[in-house]
Amino acid sequence: MTGEDFITFEGVHKAFGKNVVLDDLSFSVKSGERVTLIGPSGSGKTTILRMLMTLTRPDRGVIGVDGDYLYHEKRGDELLPASEAHIRKVRQRITMVFQHFNLFPNMKVLRNVTEAPIHVLGKSKDEARERGKELLEMVGLGDKLNAHPSQLSGGQQQRVAIARALAVDPDVLLLDEVTSALDPEIAAEVLDVLRDIAKTTDTTMLCVTHAMKFARDVSHRVLMFNEGGIIEDGSPEKLFNEPEHERTQAFLRSVIDET
Amino acid sequence: MSAGLMAYIWEGLGVTLMLTVFGALLGLVFAFIAGLGRSSNRKVVRGAAMVYTEIFRGFPSLVLLFALIFILPQFGYQLNTLFAGILALALNIGAYAAEVVRGAVKSVPPGQLEAAVALNFTPMQRLRKVVLPQAVVAMIPPFSNNLIELLKATSLVSLVYISDLTFAAQLVRASTGETTLVFLGLLVGYGLIALVLTTIMRLLERLAARRLGRQVPTGLFARKEAV
Repeated sequence: MTGEDFITFEGVHKAFGKNVVLDDLSFSVKSGERVTLIGPSGSGKTTILRMLMTLTRPDRGVIGVDGDYLYHEKRGDELLPASEAHIRKVRQRITMVFQHFNLFPNMKVLRNVTEAPIHVLGKSKDEARERGKELLEMVGLGDKLNAHPSQLSGGQQQRVAIARALAVDPDVLLLDEVTSALDPEIAAEVLDVLRDIAKTTDTTMLCVTHAMKFARDVSHRVLMFNEGGIIEDGSPEKLFNEPEHERTQAFLRSVIDET
Repeated sequence: MSAGLMAYIWEGLGVTLMLTVFGALLGLVFAFIAGLGRSSNRKVVRGAAMVYTEIFRGFPSLVLLFALIFILPQFGYQLNTLFAGILALALNIGAYAAEVVRGAVKSVPPGQLEAAVALNFTPMQRLRKVVLPQAVVAMIPPFSNNLIELLKATSLVSLVYISDLTFAAQLVRASTGETTLVFLGLLVGYGLIALVLTTIMRLLERLAARRLGRQVPTGLFARKEAV
């Protein structure tokens, strides 16, 4: 894990009404790095993932992904607002797993996983189905290919969502509180799947979570957010064992978490 | 009743069914264009869709029918009378159904669209693969109401001398004098057609719901439960 800066935020600002969520934020993530974003709710962690996924536009600032700007195009020396085609091209490298799974109820499990590879990436049906089965097998749902999402438990749905995200071969995987809607026991199963993925791939991951043990196990780096900015940035050992900032210490004390 | 009069009734039934079916199909086209147009990114499209919906919802079908048949020719456009009937009914019911389309599309949870963005679907793919298949399930029950409204409105065309079921019944009444019997028969006739249409729509609803992995109770008198 010694890549160039892969994702860069430069002076990114976002407010919802008068509420400033991100205040001139700058940071970067290297290729293959797994970064966990922690902090109290409302501190802007999820907004960062949503901006990378182009679900929320920044008010100011630029976001770069592997040399390209996500919301801007370079014409000579000028930075112009990006066309829809440019955004789609850059977005192709990124995908996201959501807190509430968001499986498509009108498609069976396997089709949830194969639809984007076939119709967005242009893979052949056979190839996509083969890979889809492989991924569903990997998340422990090889026997549910023809189930409707509504027939699955929350934990199973989230594992399908993870398989669906991996099926588009992302360079960057965004995990937005993926276990917050699950019972602790079920959450642990989902986190185990993610641990395996972290171990076996070099996908860059940005992860918003309250599962601190998971964060400690899989991340290379932890960012502590508070009031629209990063107040502490370090290795999980450093940040969890000897946090410098008083706010970080208080936050970690308040998060009693066994997962 | 003589065989000749009976033939009138059958022909009238055919015309009524034709008006209903083609009115519904054309109305569906208007409804989707206007209903989806109202959530377009372009202001012009949104505006046009809103103007259509608001204006045609307010027009009585009968007045619209008179306008198409008696006023349009004065500007040099002579429509086939039957087509004018279908168009008037479709414009009217389409405006109602456009609101159904709009509401159903809005009822799809935002997380669905976000997931579609995360998989990098094009805007068209988001609509076709994710939003519409889910929205359609929510459209069918209110569409069923619109369809029955349409069926009933078809009887208005008898006033512009289109020989639908009501027109045929009037003929039979005039030549036999059996007012009570004819009108009772007419009521039963429309009631039966409505029943058939409702049954078909329930079937469609069940098919659509099953594609989402939901169950809808079977049978016409089944209690509707939250799905």
